Amino acid sequence: MATDKYYVPESSPWPLTASIGLCMTAVGGAHFIQQSTMADMEPSFSGKPLFFLGLAWLLVVVALWWRDTIKESVTGLHSNQLGGSYRQGMLWFIFSEVMFFAAFFGAMFYTRWLIIPWLGGEGSNAMTHELLWPEFQPMWPLTETPDGTTTTPMGAWGLPAINTAILLVSSITLTIAHHALLEGKRGTLILFQAMTVALGVIFLGLQALEYVHAYDMGLTLDAGIYGSLFFLLTGFHGAHVTIGTIFLLVTLIRVIKGHFSEDNCFAWEAGAWYWHFVDVVWLFLFVTVYWL
Amino acid sequence: MSTAAATHDDHHDHHHAPTGLKRWLFSTNHKDIGTLYLWFSFAMFLVGGFMAMVIRAELLEPGMQFVDPEFFNQMTTVHGLVMVFGAVMPATVGLANWMIPLMIGAPDMALPRMNNWSFWILPFAFGILIFAVLMSAFGAGNPSAPNFGWTFYAPLSTKYGPASTDLFILSVHMMGISSIMGAINVVVTVFNMRAPGMTLMKMPLFVWTWLITAFLLIAVIPVLAGVVTMMLTDRHFGTSFFDAAGGGDPVLFQHVFWFFGHPEVYIMILPSFGIVSAIIPAFARKPLFGYASMVYATASIALLSFVVWAHHMFTVGMPLAGTLFFMYMTMLISVPTGVKVFNWVATMWRGSMTFELPMKWAIAFVILFTCGGLSGLMLAITPVDFQYHDTYFVVAHFHYVLVTGAIFSIFAAAYYWLPKWSGVMPSKLLGELHFWNSLISANLLFFPMHFVGLAGMPRRYADYALQFADYNFWISIGGFWFGLSQVIFLVVAVRCAMKKGEPAPAKPWEGAEGLEWEVPSPAPFHTFDTPPVVK
Ligand code: HEM
Ligand SMILES: [Cu+2]
Repeated sequence: MATDKYYVPESSPWPLTASIGLCMTAVGGAHFIQQSTMADMEPSFSGKPLFFLGLAWLLVVVALWWRDTIKESVTGLHSNQLGGSYRQGMLWFIFSEVMFFAAFFGAMFYTRWLIIPWLGGEGSNAMTHELLWPEFQPMWPLTETPDGTTTTPMGAWGLPAINTAILLVSSITLTIAHHALLEGKRGTLILFQAMTVALGVIFLGLQALEYVHAYDMGLTLDAGIYGSLFFLLTGFHGAHVTIGTIFLLVTLIRVIKGHFSEDNCFAWEAGAWYWHFVDVVWLFLFVTVYWL
Repeated sequence: MSTAAATHDDHHDHHHAPTGLKRWLFSTNHKDIGTLYLWFSFAMFLVGGFMAMVIRAELLEPGMQFVDPEFFNQMTTVHGLVMVFGAVMPATVGLANWMIPLMIGAPDMALPRMNNWSFWILPFAFGILIFAVLMSAFGAGNPSAPNFGWTFYAPLSTKYGPASTDLFILSVHMMGISSIMGAINVVVTVFNMRAPGMTLMKMPLFVWTWLITAFLLIAVIPVLAGVVTMMLTDRHFGTSFFDAAGGGDPVLFQHVFWFFGHPEVYIMILPSFGIVSAIIPAFARKPLFGYASMVYATASIALLSFVVWAHHMFTVGMPLAGTLFFMYMTMLISVPTGVKVFNWVATMWRGSMTFELPMKWAIAFVILFTCGGLSGLMLAITPVDFQYHDTYFVVAHFHYVLVTGAIFSIFAAAYYWLPKWSGVMPSKLLGELHFWNSLISANLLFFPMHFVGLAGMPRRYADYALQFADYNFWISIGGFWFGLSQVIFLVVAVRCAMKKGEPAPAKPWEGAEGLEWEVPSPAPFHTFDTPPVVK
């Protein structure tokens, strides 16, 4: 109810400590990357060790933060209005993730529709083509870059098609679980949610296999723009599947502990929305990266 | 929900007004977090301002005097980054934190702990950036700080970027996380926390403009995160996003960057529109002219801002159709902007105007922002932009909209709401000194930039041709004067923080309207525990 008194949490040490963790991760991450990819950089404490320290720190703080939130939720401090805030917040967060992927999809279409034809001399670019790389053949997937690096495209109908099926099925199992949650059928809920988590894990396993396969056939991150786009798009998607799987695993444990009821299940639904979002991104990926 | 209400009451007893350091470090209070944001932003304003002083000292006379060109580039770069992400944006977030809950009758922001996280990321992110500058100035071997301009174009920032570029990338990621969380908080607060009766079309315009700003932030900050990520992988993992030899394109960088960058400039100015729309009616003692059209104009500016980005790229060689599209769209966006200016002027028309400090700043805003908008229109004309692009004319344009626009309006807001924040009236004498000195010096600083720009002086160089010497001398004098004038505001703000000054009544401005004036000054730690009813 909109007129209910609102729950303003007590002051909390977690935001500040999380920022410290984030800072360590960022500084450590930047140095770690430099030290592992640049020849003239020596490994030092401010690289790998700091990065992992920061990550561990962040993980602990976030866990403690969530523990506080969960405690408040199960002791009934959260009003319906706060539930609404959480829900809307999660939806806007997913929107921001959509825009993050949009940047990479946009880069892909710009490459396919404009850069490659232009490098091939289309439009007013005949001289670009003549002067820079006269041998260059425009094509997509770009199997030979202007400077002559060659690669092999990833076909759509092997592992990627299986992975599509897996994610689609996982979407269905998750929806069944959702209905079970709303109808209070705990057994069905646990069963189907566990299935969803398992499907997520299988997806990730197959994706890893596909990467190995890609590297074997010469499709690598540094094999020109096709490899760049392929690995960044599928890689960020995979990272999001990982987060989604962990999310669903945590809510599964909370289901088993009996934390949720049909009108107090924000965290569960947030996990489900996130999963569906990851699913939709995959469909776009499958069509535009693997298939067409 | 009576049980929930009961638990609330006892919970309120034991966490009333925490004290000491914990109050600030662990805060979940929108007013305290707002204060933190505002002080942080002012600190960054002084840091970025100091860098501007270095730039103007070097440009006081032709030839090389104080810094080498390499360091000069680092100064222009970090000055821009600190001012955009460290001064203007956090200032408006601070205002949002303080004012939105008060204006819509909410007890706090919707997600108070996340709110504190949004803030506390910032000092660390800027710590990283400023550390890079200090290393460059004093460190062993003087490793370069970011030196590629605030727009960090590839390949300057990828293939040729200094080692600190990676720290810069990660610090941009941190700022992005902070902005997105802050923006989500604003949207959710506005949609979910309004007092009963506070319908959307009754909201003060500051709330409206911030709602739309927050939408822009959530939409484009992730794109910024995307583009710096591509930079990082181009730099270290062999990807070819911005490298034509691998099938990419440096121009792709500019497209992705400006897809973020143009909405970003509206992110910096829309809250100012809200501020001015609050202040002008208060001192003209008339309701805002055309409230609904203001809302729609803001929304259409926001939507159009997604389709004008390539006006920053007229000279990179786009197809003609693209160039024309972006030219017309850019001109179109000045129509809703014009609607706003018209409405402000119409609000003042035949009003019983008085010219207290906030009003002075607001009127200066209307005039000088319009000046910047007009030079923007000139830049939008593609063939003309071929001449102006990357000259001081562009520098003049964006300093008119950002300094005499965004920053003047932030000062207007500060003078308008300081009584509410601190409980004392800001010193009139110091305020007048601050205003008049800033007004005159800012124009001395930025207006001649138009002339040297039209005459062809390029931006981002540590030296210039002799023919520009006279103008640049006066520009630099204006710069130092403007910089010094801001110290006056430091005194004003510190005096208010120390409660020195005439005590402020709940509503210090006769014609002001809105819920924020119904609570005492200074606003108590908790306000609107029970929502007010808005008729
Ligand atoms: C009437 C509205 C406006 C129009 C038509 C307009 C147009 C333009 C154009 C065409 C450019 C590119 C110039 C060039 O690089 O050759 C430009 C640059 C710029 N504008 Fe505006 N503008 C407008 C309003 C604003 C506002 C409100 C802001 C910020 C508050 C702003 C901030 C900037 C900035 C920061 C740049 C320079 C970016 C850079 O290259 O560093 N503009 N504007
Ligand atoms: Cu623009």
